[in-house]
Amino acid sequence: MSDITKGAPGVPQAGTPASFALDFGKAWEYAPAPESPDHVKIAPKYELFIGGKWTAPQSKKYFDTVNPATEQKLAEVAEASAADVDAAVVAARTAFEKYWAKMPGKERAKYIFRIARAIQEKARELAIVETMDGGKPIKESRDFDIPTAAAHFFYHAGWADKLEYAFHGRKARPLGVAGQIIPWNFPFLMAAWKIAPALACGNTVVLKPAETTPLTALLLAQIIEECELPPGVVNIVTGAGATGAALVDHPGIDKIAFTGSTAVGKRIQRAVAGTKKRLTLELGGKAANIVFADAPIDQAIEGIVSGIFFNQGHVCCAGSRLLLEESVHDVVIRKLKDRMATMRLGDPLDKNTDIGAINSKAQLERIKELVASGELEGAERHSLACTIPEKGYWFPPTFFTNAGQAFRIAREEIFGPVLTIMTFRTPDEAIEKANNTMYGLSAGVWTDKGSKIFHMATQLKAGVVWGDTFNKFDPSSPFGGFKESGFGREGGRQGLGAYVEVE
Amino acid sequence: MEKKRTQVEEGAPASAASPGVKTGELAVRDVPSSTDVASARVRVNKAYKMYVGGAFVRSESGRYTQVHGNGAGADPETVNVPRGSRKDVRDAVLVAKNAADKWAARSAYNRGQILYRLAEVTESRTPELVESLVRAGSSPADAAREVAAAVDRTVFYAGFCDKISSLFSSHNPVSGPHFGFTIPNPMGVVGVVAPDAPSLLGLVSTILPIIATSNVVVATASETDPRTAIVWSECLATSDLPGGVVNILTGQAAELAPQLAKHREVMAFDGTFGPKATELRAELERLGADSVKRVKTRSNLSTGEWFDDRKGQGIAWVERYIESKTVWHPVGV
Repeated sequence: MSDITKGAPGVPQAGTPASFALDFGKAWEYAPAPESPDHVKIAPKYELFIGGKWTAPQSKKYFDTVNPATEQKLAEVAEASAADVDAAVVAARTAFEKYWAKMPGKERAKYIFRIARAIQEKARELAIVETMDGGKPIKESRDFDIPTAAAHFFYHAGWADKLEYAFHGRKARPLGVAGQIIPWNFPFLMAAWKIAPALACGNTVVLKPAETTPLTALLLAQIIEECELPPGVVNIVTGAGATGAALVDHPGIDKIAFTGSTAVGKRIQRAVAGTKKRLTLELGGKAANIVFADAPIDQAIEGIVSGIFFNQGHVCCAGSRLLLEESVHDVVIRKLKDRMATMRLGDPLDKNTDIGAINSKAQLERIKELVASGELEGAERHSLACTIPEKGYWFPPTFFTNAGQAFRIAREEIFGPVLTIMTFRTPDEAIEKANNTMYGLSAGVWTDKGSKIFHMATQLKAGVVWGDTFNKFDPSSPFGGFKESGFGREGGRQGLGAYVEVE
Repeated sequence: MEKKRTQVEEGAPASAASPGVKTGELAVRDVPSSTDVASARVRVNKAYKMYVGGAFVRSESGRYTQVHGNGAGADPETVNVPRGSRKDVRDAVLVAKNAADKWAARSAYNRGQILYRLAEVTESRTPELVESLVRAGSSPADAAREVAAAVDRTVFYAGFCDKISSLFSSHNPVSGPHFGFTIPNPMGVVGVVAPDAPSLLGLVSTILPIIATSNVVVATASETDPRTAIVWSECLATSDLPGGVVNILTGQAAELAPQLAKHREVMAFDGTFGPKATELRAELERLGADSVKRVKTRSNLSTGEWFDDRKGQGIAWVERYIESKTVWHPVGV
């Protein structure tokens, strides 16, 4: 790292100057533009949402959820014990038999449409709480997480009375009670991805949000309550790993849907072995983002940045391995450094913030550990030199060059704003390197040639391939992995298969 | 007929002494008369081997299982069938993996024609397959029915190869300047434990949907009637199916299946088991978790279900082996 952030007040120095080609000077200084949280009321304490009622946990235990940008406690949240999970599963079973399975699809649909509408009405509040609880920039929660979540409910609502069309005329039956466990990177959106298709297909749900980001799922429970869904159709149980394990092991569950790490996914698959429970897993990734020499380079730079720095890199399908055609390596690196120099790390509630807080201390430690291994193994590190706020968990946008395929930073999911850059000479070499991983969730291809995108897409062993774009999502677009990135799809017609038994 | 039986023992003197063969009875029945010896032709017995990489191979372990017949047909009373080892499984997986990309790269029309060729070849070998099933205990009528059903099932999948992609693909109307679509992809190597019975129709019904969806297979044949699977392998070998696309091992499922379930290059596992295999099935599902394998174990269907055109074949069989790939293609000038 050397020179340039000198005199760039927007990206103040952290002692070590960085080697950026451009000096933006005063021109890059922005006034703070924080989104006001005044409108938002976070209760001091949240109970479990079971059978349509807010229920104190039988464990009598509560845990704190903190704002990772300030380390301040936001609220106390109930910790569901095995007995609480049991109550939730029983409530879901009752709701399944009494209401939800009997209700015609067109009526179920209207409840799900209601949820979509209520999310749109409360979008601002949801975005602010999402950012406070999880640390992601408000521009992302406001423009991506919450609107996409509403879109997921809207999309799936329409399927509820059209399921027979989805399976070539074969009859589709709901599975029963779905146990759903979601991660902390997209807390509200993941709840939507899980709940919307389950409800549309006629299942009832017990959802466990991640322990570091429970608040928006609880706000969703309030929305569901206000939408007057029959009691028990959706139950939210908060807690950590033990709560999730109780849900996975509960004999009254018909289906487990999990999004999270590959290690935990394997444990769940093992726990479900020998039972009749259905399982879908959406796990980790180490996506290759492949840039050919004929790519629109400036556009590709934006894609590289959104591929790895979107949501601080806490994205299972993040483009964390950049494969550059050798002839454009130097120009891409230069432009990437320039582009990174414009990035702002800081208050997630500020509308100009690009990089928010790392979700938790534990995750920050993991990122630091892997970055240290990259340096140790001999890769060359480049980090944005910027002021790190005193409180909270932060990591500056970083990339490594001169990394080998066998380095840990090229193999393991870092789940942070850290990019590993390698090169290739031929399309075949790019394919070989891209597929050289136990993961297979996503990939990106940047080229000006449409036929090349199709060719690469055919050869890449990944569930989603983005051509000249990255990290795009749509409820109509099936998402899910090959290999150890999991199985099953979410979204689109194909995603419905995860929540029905088809004749 | 009498002469034939005589020749059986002449051709395989070793088996006459092996356990399980009623040597005493044979000794009386099978000693050739002095006039026969002069005029009789000694039949050439077939050595039964596993089918791996397009070749017929013995087990690397050198082990064998003796399979007994009912005394009818061309084989001796007892034949030695290879007892595959875990190493055989690993070798077969490697062969299958190397065949996977080329198989997937063939056009759907070409795969369909190869499967149709398989139907033709199977049809022409009907007498041999019927004989094999009868030797394993079927009545001649049941055996004929099973072979006919296996041929018809092959024709069904021959005509399915170039329809699958259309049925499972979608255009995804995503927001933004992208043309979004999802297409079915093969998973790669699929491990199979075929049901003990029906030994031919069960094997054919399990393997064909896997290769019709461009996957490749390593299968263990029926334990109770491995010989019929080997005869069917001879159909595969003469049907233009590239070597390595289907590999059939004979041996004990309890020994071989765990190797398939835990092998990292095996992407999916599909096993059909009898009612007593609850423990084994749970163990296979646990082993598969280490590589996030798509593991399905199921209870054997009834004979009627295997023959049923809605239960024993169809779209539900095909969709098990599909991996959906979503592509966002740019739109613009």
